[in-house]
Amino acid sequence: MAKTNKGQKRKNALAQFFSVLGNDLKEIGLTFKEGDFKTRISFMIFGFGSLLRGLWLRGLTLLAVEAGLLYFIFSFGWTYLSKLGTLGTIATTKQGRKTVYGDNSFLILLFGLLALFAVVAFIAVWRINVRVSRTEQIILRDGRKLPTNGDDFKSLFDSNFDKTLLALPVTGVFVFTVLPIVFMICVAFTNYDANHQPPSNLFTWVGVENFHDLFSFGTAGFGGTFVTVLTWTLVWAFFATFIDYFLGIAVAMLINKKGIKFKKLWRTILVVTIAVPQFVSLLYVSKLFANDGLINGYLLKWGLIDQAIQFWVNPTLAKITIIVVNIWIGIPYMMLIATGLLMNIPEDLYESARIDGATSWQMFLHITLPYMLFVTGPFLLTQYTGNLNNFNVIFLLTQGQPKTGNLVGGAGRTDLLITWLYKMTINDTNYRMAAVIGIMVFIVTAGISLVVYNLLPSVKDEEGFQ
Amino acid sequence: MANNTNPGSMKRKRAIGNAITYVLLIIISIIWLFPYFGLLMASFRSFDPAIEYGGVVDYIIPHTFSLDNYKFLFNGENNYPKWYLNTLIISFAASFINTCIVLCVSYALSRMRFTGRTFLMRFWLVLGMFPGFLTMICLYFLLKQLGLTQAGAVPGLILVYIASSGMGYYVCKGYFDTIPKALDEAARIDGASRARVFFQMIIPMAKPIIIYTALVAFMGPWCDYVFASYIAFGHDASYNVAVAMQRWMVVGDYQGYFTRFCAGGIVVAVPITLLFMFLQKYYVEGVTGGAVKG
Repeated sequence: MAKTNKGQKRKNALAQFFSVLGNDLKEIGLTFKEGDFKTRISFMIFGFGSLLRGLWLRGLTLLAVEAGLLYFIFSFGWTYLSKLGTLGTIATTKQGRKTVYGDNSFLILLFGLLALFAVVAFIAVWRINVRVSRTEQIILRDGRKLPTNGDDFKSLFDSNFDKTLLALPVTGVFVFTVLPIVFMICVAFTNYDANHQPPSNLFTWVGVENFHDLFSFGTAGFGGTFVTVLTWTLVWAFFATFIDYFLGIAVAMLINKKGIKFKKLWRTILVVTIAVPQFVSLLYVSKLFANDGLINGYLLKWGLIDQAIQFWVNPTLAKITIIVVNIWIGIPYMMLIATGLLMNIPEDLYESARIDGATSWQMFLHITLPYMLFVTGPFLLTQYTGNLNNFNVIFLLTQGQPKTGNLVGGAGRTDLLITWLYKMTINDTNYRMAAVIGIMVFIVTAGISLVVYNLLPSVKDEEGFQ
Repeated sequence: MANNTNPGSMKRKRAIGNAITYVLLIIISIIWLFPYFGLLMASFRSFDPAIEYGGVVDYIIPHTFSLDNYKFLFNGENNYPKWYLNTLIISFAASFINTCIVLCVSYALSRMRFTGRTFLMRFWLVLGMFPGFLTMICLYFLLKQLGLTQAGAVPGLILVYIASSGMGYYVCKGYFDTIPKALDEAARIDGASRARVFFQMIIPMAKPIIIYTALVAFMGPWCDYVFASYIAFGHDASYNVAVAMQRWMVVGDYQGYFTRFCAGGIVVAVPITLLFMFLQKYYVEGVTGGAVKG
């Protein structure tokens, strides 16, 4: 039932998309058919109509954008765009003492993509330009007054203020996030690694071979390691999220308890952990648990153990220690959130439960917990996905160590996907596999978010507790 | 309240309950503060082999207290003051610009309805699920073209921290959503433009969330290791404190540098901790608000 609904929805979305596209094309055709010469020339020269109609501000802007994009595409982008199919064929070589420069796959891929985006932008601006011209023509035809240049300028701070505000942030996200991510997604389909470092060794497209590698379970294949690392990542995120969650609530309830004094002091003591930079506290704690560290030192001195506990050497023990240390990191944060929320629970709920003779445990189980789970559902989800990618805790505590057994790609027993990705990039320059792992991280994060989000009661039933 | 038990035993029960709670809280406090106590003590231990040992030892109180480690940080033998200054510059600049960008994005998304608004929000949400480090290889190259790596890593890092800050609008937009729209509309009927509403009405009302955003944006670069280590790679003078001190501990000979690391850590941690304590109220407000809205 739900599935067919979803299928229906997707089909509808697709149909809608095509009908929008159809209408758009129709409108463009109509614009040309009904257009005067000013509008028709605007199809080639952006902003031409606006310029002739006296709106030089928008006319010049459109023209400048066209000129800029065309210049970029033809003078710079085209050389790279044309080689995007092969990623270059001639490597840079040294002949005698002279360096003969050839192609550079990295540049071809990066600037080729940029040129592609420029082409898309060109089409989008062209569409805007056509629409602007048509609107102006219709306004004039109907005998209304065109907005002046001053109006155009003022609108940037009023009705079009969103464009002013978003221009810079969207550009920033595009150049520093979208472009690099698209680039890396492409790298996942190439053989860009330590043996293919341009410009002396070009890399090229290899299709889905890297994904094949990831799921091959032979001795040299990444399959076994990937499954090990992924399993630990999921297990870690589960424990890190839920242990911290429940203990955080417990601590918040301790502090909130009636009759407890110095509430602010207790909270502040815990909050210090959030304030002190993790690279200081976690690096110190990692040495605290070292074989020659304080904890082993005192336990040995007091005669409680005969030899040092191998906190970071034994894989299982290392995993447990990480989760325990993470409790130390995570509780204060959860405590802060829980404190605020616990105060929101209506006191009369507890009052009536008490009259009915409920014990505190029953009250916790039937009032506090359901309320907290309901309200913090989406937060728990973001915590979980955040922990999947919790680079700091793992890297600063163990750097993924210990390395035992037959894991490939430099992975250690406590590596998460994200730290493994980091190591592959930094130590092995195995960019192709790093890109594949990055895509896997995305699939895991997005998959879990999508599934859980749709199951959350607070999403299904927003009014439930209000 | 149920009156079927006599008040005396109720009182005693409560007193016992409170006593247990106090004991638990004291134990928790000790556990939470212990590492900082250890850190502080180790920072006062001398690394001079004639006096004591600068590595990891199995006792907590140093045999003799000295300021050797702190002197070492500032006596010109290493770049510590430079690293510290780098971190400060990066954090202040990133925090300021980041806050401005977040405010702009939040206002646009909260108050204005334009084509592509939902698309933009969904697109950024999906984009946020890619691991940030994935962008690093490409970013490094782009920055290198601009001369903003290694020697120019400080402005380069600022750029990296602020470039995508627009995507972190959630908490701030959530706060803006709670400011009644009727206020905007009233001002606009009186002839105020959107820009005026934003600058003269919304921003003054958003003080708590501005402080929260700035604080979080400050703490990110202050503690960042990953990006800083990649962009400043191998160029000692452009390190931030996190990268430099991580090298003391892991790459270098930590047995000799442990106490120096502790002293450096204290010097880094104290100002940010004080700042945080001072602004704790706003932080709690932001975190709680963000968590409930999700």
